[in-house]
Amino acid sequence: MREFFVFVRKECYHIFRDRRTLLILFGMPVVLIVLFGFAITNEVRNVKIAVLDQAQDAYSRQLTDRITASGYFTVDRYLHAEQDIEPVFRKGEVKMVMVVPPNFGHKFYHGRKAPLQLLTDASDPNTGTTLVNYANAIILRYQQEMTGKITLPLTIQPEARMIYNPSLKSVFLFVPGVMTLILMLVCAMMTSITITREKELGTMEILLVSPLKPVTIIAGKVIPYIALSFIIALTILAMGFWIFGMPIRGSLLLLLLECLLFCLAALSLGILISSLTNSQQTAMMISMMGLLLPTILLSGFVFPLESMPKPLQIFANIVPAKWFIIILKDVMLKGAGLRQVWQPTLILGGMTLFFLLVSVRKFKTRLS
Amino acid sequence: MRTIFFILQKEFLQVFRNRSMLPIIFVVPVVQLLVLAFAANYEIRNLSVDVVDYDGSTWSRQLRDKLLSSGYFTLHRQSYSHKEAFEDLEANRADLVLTIPAHFERDLVRENEAKVQLLVNAINGSKAGLAYGYAASIIGQFNRQVRMDWLALDEDDGPEHIDVTYRYWYNPTLNYKFFMVPGILVVLVTLIGAFLSGMNIVKEKEIGTIEQLNVTPIRKHHFIIGKLLPFWIIALFELAFGLTVGKLVFSLPFEGNIAWVFLFAAVYLLVMLGLGLLISTFTETQQQSMFITWFFLIIFILMSGLFTPIESMPAWAQKLTLINPVAYFVKVIRMVMQKGSGWADIQHYFGIMLLMAAVVNGVAVWNYRKTV
Repeated sequence: MREFFVFVRKECYHIFRDRRTLLILFGMPVVLIVLFGFAITNEVRNVKIAVLDQAQDAYSRQLTDRITASGYFTVDRYLHAEQDIEPVFRKGEVKMVMVVPPNFGHKFYHGRKAPLQLLTDASDPNTGTTLVNYANAIILRYQQEMTGKITLPLTIQPEARMIYNPSLKSVFLFVPGVMTLILMLVCAMMTSITITREKELGTMEILLVSPLKPVTIIAGKVIPYIALSFIIALTILAMGFWIFGMPIRGSLLLLLLECLLFCLAALSLGILISSLTNSQQTAMMISMMGLLLPTILLSGFVFPLESMPKPLQIFANIVPAKWFIIILKDVMLKGAGLRQVWQPTLILGGMTLFFLLVSVRKFKTRLS
Repeated sequence: MRTIFFILQKEFLQVFRNRSMLPIIFVVPVVQLLVLAFAANYEIRNLSVDVVDYDGSTWSRQLRDKLLSSGYFTLHRQSYSHKEAFEDLEANRADLVLTIPAHFERDLVRENEAKVQLLVNAINGSKAGLAYGYAASIIGQFNRQVRMDWLALDEDDGPEHIDVTYRYWYNPTLNYKFFMVPGILVVLVTLIGAFLSGMNIVKEKEIGTIEQLNVTPIRKHHFIIGKLLPFWIIALFELAFGLTVGKLVFSLPFEGNIAWVFLFAAVYLLVMLGLGLLISTFTETQQQSMFITWFFLIIFILMSGLFTPIESMPAWAQKLTLINPVAYFVKVIRMVMQKGSGWADIQHYFGIMLLMAAVVNGVAVWNYRKTV
C-alpha cells in the first residue's frame, strides 16, 4: 500500500511540475463556459440587410423603419437597381435584400394586395429561414398598423408553457455539455497519453520490472487524474451556478457520484487506447477522433439527436457521453433521484465495467 | 535543396511506417466527414408529441391530424388525462403536449375564440423555441382553414394585405449539408496541419533525437521546411480527397473555381503549420504541445462561424474573429463553393491570410533555436 502512495505522489509531481498544461487544464473550462455563455448563439441580432426601394413612398419608408427598429436588422445600404443584388450577396456583405416594388402604398389600398419580395442568402439555410421568419412577423405587424385593428372571427389561441426553462436559456444545455467534454478530455486523453509516454520513452520497462504490480501502476497513474477532473467538475458546476444561474435541484452527492462513474468510464477508455498503441501521437489522434468528436457531436450537446438519421441515433447509444448528459440534466434540472436515473446509470456502469475488463485483459506486461 | 529532399524522404518514411498513422490520416477523415455531415444539423424533426383531446370533436381531430402530418411531429401517445401526458414530458418521452380543452369546437363557434394549451419541454431552449414556432404556425394555418370553411370565404375576399414572397438564394432547397460539409473539410485540414506538425517536432525533442539533428550540417530552415512540408502536402491531399468524397456522396455544389479554394488553403496551411511550429518551440513534451494546440484550436473552431453565425456574436467576440484564421477559411470556402465568388471577392481575405502566415512563421522561426 505504501508503494502505491509513493507512486501516486510521483505522478502528482509530474502533473504539478508541468505548469503550462495545468494552466490550460483549468483555463479551458473557464474559457469554454464563457464562450458558450456569451459568444456562441444562433440568435439573430443586427443582421445587415440591403433595401431596394422602387416605391420611394411614405409606406415603404415606414416599413424600412419598422424593420430596423426591431433590433434584428440594420440597413447596411440602399440599392438602386436589381443588378446590384448579386454582387452584394457574392461579397457576403448583407444577408437579406428587401425589394419593394413601385407603387407599394397605392397597390395596398387600391389593389388590396401589395407584393413585396424578400431575398435571402441561404447559403446558411438556418439563418436564411430565421431571417425570413422574423422579417415576415415584422411585416405582418406593419400590415395591421396600416389597416387598423381587425378582430377576426373564430380565433384559436395557442397558450404555451415552457417547462423547466421558461426563459429558454441555453445555459442548461451547455453546462452539462462542457462538463462532459472536459471530463472526457482530462480522463481519457490525458491518461492514454501519460501511459503511452512511458512506453515511448522506454520507462515502462523500468516500471514493469519494479516490484509494483501492473494494476498498481495503472491505478497510480489514474488516481491523480480523477482528483483533477473532480476539481474541474466542481469549478464548472460553481460557474454554472453562480454566473449563469444553473440550478442544482437534485442531490449534490448523487451528482458527484455520477461524475465519478463517468470519470471511471472515460479512464477505462483511456487505458484501453494506451494498450492498443505505442506512440503518443497515435494515442492522441485516436482519443481525439474516436472519443472527443463523438462526445461533442453524438451526445446531443451541440446538435439534437432526434433529427439525425436512424443509424447515427443507434450508434449514439454506445457513446457514454450521451447517457452522462441525460443523467446530468435530469439531476440538475428536474431534481431527479436515483429512482429516476437508474437506467442510464446502469448503462454507464455496465459500459465502465466492460471497458475496464477489456483494457485489463489487453494490458501487456511484456513490451515486445 | 538536396538536403531538404533527404529530410522530406525521412519524414515521409516515418509517417508511412507507422501503421496506425495511415488509417488516421486517410480513413478517419472520411468517416468523420460522413458522420459529421449527417450529425451536424440544427433542423428539428421527429419531435414526439402527446395529444390530450378532451373535446373529441371533428375539429379537434383535424387539428391533431394537421399537426402530425406536418412532418415535424410524431405522435407518442394520445391520452385522455393531462397527468399521464405530463409524466411523459417529465420522463423525456414527449417533447410537447398539446391539450385541447372540452367544448373546443363549441366555444370556437359560439364565442369566436377558443384556447389550446401547449406544454413544451424547454431544457434545450432553442429546440423548444423552434418546436413552439412550428406548432404555433401549424395551428395558425389550421385556424385560417377553419375560418374560411366556416364563413365560406376565399383568399381574395380578405382585407388589404402585403403579399410577401421570398426566395432563398444559393441554396434553394435549404440543404444544410451544402453549408456544413465545406466547413467540416476546413476542420479536418486544420487538425492535420496544426496538430501533427507541432507534435512531430516536439517528439524529436522528447526522445532526444533533436540533439542528433542539431549537430548535423542541416541548416535551421532545412529542418523546418523538411518537418512542415510533408504535412502541408498531406493536408492539401486530404482536402482534395474530402472534396471528391463530398462531391460523390453529397453532390456538393462547386459554383466557383475550385482553384481559389486550393490557393487559399495553401496559404492557410502555412498559418496553421506555423502555429504548430510556434507551439513546438516553447513546449517540451508532446502532451504539452497537444494540449496547448487543442486549447487554441477549439477556440478558433468554435468562434469561426462554422456552427453558429459570426453575426450573432456580441461585438467583442466579432472583433476577436478578425484574428482567427479558421474563420477566414470557413468564409472563403463557403463563398467560393456556394456562391461562386471569384478573385475579386476573396482577394482581401487572401491578403490577410498572407500577412498572418508571414507573422506567425516569422515569430516561430525567430523563436526556434538550434541549440538546446
